[in-house]
Amino acid sequence: MLYREVGDFKTSYKADGQTFPIAFDRYRYYAVLLIAFALVPFLLNDYWVKAIVLPFLIYSIAAIGLNILTGYCGQVSLGSGGFMAVGAYSCYKFMTGMDIWLPFGENGESIQYALPPLNIFFSVILGGFTTALVGILFGLPSLRIKGFYLAVATLAAQFFLVWLFNKWSWTYNYSASGQITAPERLLFGQAITGPSTEPWATYLFCLVFVVVLALVARNLTRGHLGRSWMAIRDMDIAAEIIGVNPMKAKLTAFAISSFYIGIAGALLFAVYLGAVEVGEVYGIQKSFLVLFMIIIGGLGSIFGSFAGAAFMVLLPVLLKNVLVGQLGWATDIAAHLEFAIVGALIIVFLIAEPHGLAQLWRVIKEKLRLWPFPH
Amino acid sequence: MTDVSTIDIPTPYQPYTTEDGRKIGDVVMEMKNITLRFGGVTAIKDISFDIREGEVRAIIGPNGAGKSSMLNVISGFYHPQEGEIWYRGEKRPPMKPYEIARQGIARTFQNIALFKGMTTLDNIMTGRLTHMKSGILAQAFWKGRAEREEIEQREKAERIIDFLEIQAIRKAPVGSLPYGLQKRVELGRALVAEPSLLLLDEPMAGMNVEEKEDMSRFILDVNDEFGTTIALIEHDMGVVMDISDRVVVMDYGAKIGDGTPDEVRNNQQVIDAYLGVSHD
Ligand SMILES: Nc1ncnc2c1ncn2[C@@H]1O[C@H](COP(=O)(O)OP(=O)(O)OP(=O)(O)O)[C@@H](O)[C@H]1O
Ligand SMILES: [Mg+2]
Repeated sequence: MLYREVGDFKTSYKADGQTFPIAFDRYRYYAVLLIAFALVPFLLNDYWVKAIVLPFLIYSIAAIGLNILTGYCGQVSLGSGGFMAVGAYSCYKFMTGMDIWLPFGENGESIQYALPPLNIFFSVILGGFTTALVGILFGLPSLRIKGFYLAVATLAAQFFLVWLFNKWSWTYNYSASGQITAPERLLFGQAITGPSTEPWATYLFCLVFVVVLALVARNLTRGHLGRSWMAIRDMDIAAEIIGVNPMKAKLTAFAISSFYIGIAGALLFAVYLGAVEVGEVYGIQKSFLVLFMIIIGGLGSIFGSFAGAAFMVLLPVLLKNVLVGQLGWATDIAAHLEFAIVGALIIVFLIAEPHGLAQLWRVIKEKLRLWPFPH
Repeated sequence: MTDVSTIDIPTPYQPYTTEDGRKIGDVVMEMKNITLRFGGVTAIKDISFDIREGEVRAIIGPNGAGKSSMLNVISGFYHPQEGEIWYRGEKRPPMKPYEIARQGIARTFQNIALFKGMTTLDNIMTGRLTHMKSGILAQAFWKGRAEREEIEQREKAERIIDFLEIQAIRKAPVGSLPYGLQKRVELGRALVAEPSLLLLDEPMAGMNVEEKEDMSRFILDVNDEFGTTIALIEHDMGVVMDISDRVVVMDYGAKIGDGTPDEVRNNQQVIDAYLGVSHD
């Protein structure tokens, strides 16, 4: 018995409702946190952070966000890329000192003011809040349409947002290239953005967001808000009859989901890439990438969001190292193989295991609990 | 000016006590001249009836008579073209189903409408939503009211789980449960809201004799112990005659009978409708 819950009795509803009801899981979770905060920062080098760790952390946040909307509340969205762009561009405006017009001039004309540049931490968070507002706006059609039609509406949002950040020069501070570039910003004297960051600093910065946001997502989904989302997902008519206000449930899901996705977009731009061009980084491929993460990882599971993000980040790195590095394949063939693998997996998971890797993990745990005796 | 307090408004209804000692009170819900049309189909034709506090009120009739449509009107899914609905002495304006739920009206569906992706416990906990008040922030950090409330609601849910004898399937996903148990969980989800009026659409359809007996017992216990007013649709005449205080009979959208089970049973129009005497 590698894994056990025998003798682990619950004597209160509080204990029964906790996040990791099995003691073994709880300790493993604390151990992971300890390692992640105390050990990993010393082991990281630039390659690991850039190729694997930062993208994994950042996409985990985006995947949790989309999972809240799609996996928990049942509202399909193809707009994740666009929402990430909103997070990135608003974070950029806040961190560089947003210029706004106020109608307080001599003769009532507008005068341009610049807000002071904000701390990078708050810029990222405000990027999340801005995206939440935009998410509510683009969530309004969900009150009328469902499923395929809603997916098309969010697709329209995706294209609209990319177009907006291309055309509206205020959003990229009128730069000639149309790109946004993160200037150097410090937190506790340590550079978090800009050209001269330390791997451990960017890692810890993103890790804090991941840990807090994952906990919050877990809490929200086990409380009554989460139940109202799942009720809407499973049967909206019955949800309404037991008192769920569908408008409130759907719009809170859009808002909170977009908050997460916006934060992911902001971190991707400011901490990870440093400079972005909207169509290249936040295009429709990004929407699909995040969607694939939650399908492969598991719809309606926080753990699945992490699993899916890890999978989609690791797969290309692995293929590149093995096929191109070891076996000497051409890069484009390896890339095509990646498409084929992901495509096949999506189909397999959608048909055979809609709860994704998270469900496989549950099955393995179930087996381990009985191992080595089958019954 | 007349002194309002001296006016004695005669009510046609007197509270009374049933043979088995339950108290039947005033009218809580009154449907006045309800007409509901779907395009050319008239599902409900000018029907009036009332439901009194504490009673078990049955609605019966052949298939397609408009019974489910009537429950849908009461719970706010359908909006009748004509007629008025009075609830607790007030005329009810057009409302959304979730607002009606918050007035203390709960229901089950003819075709089970459980949340398939959730466990029995979560389904029943969801029934407590109207009693949950904690805000998003409190829930996000699972502190204060959110945590306290969750435990309080869990206690209520467990009481219903005990009452319906479904402790063993508490953590089971409802999709995998047998039909009879699903019906019971759905009843639990409605009950846990502590409704004052409970609407049941064919709670015993598709059940075997034993399951029907269990369900009848639960319905009577709910009515007796919690004092919940119940309106139910049922096809099994034996059950209806056993558990209901008064019966409305519908046929082709019209009301053809209304009274105690005995009165209804001896009504010629009702007998004809059930024996399939041709119209005209
Ligand atoms: N949403 C709807 N759109 C169109 N017609 C409807 C709708 N709902 C009900 N009807 C029609 O109204 C009539 C009454 O249907 P209803 O479901 O109320 O009957 P019922 O008495 O509950 O029958 P059963 O015993 O079979 O459940 C039927 O002719 C039905 O086709
Ligand atoms: Mg019906």
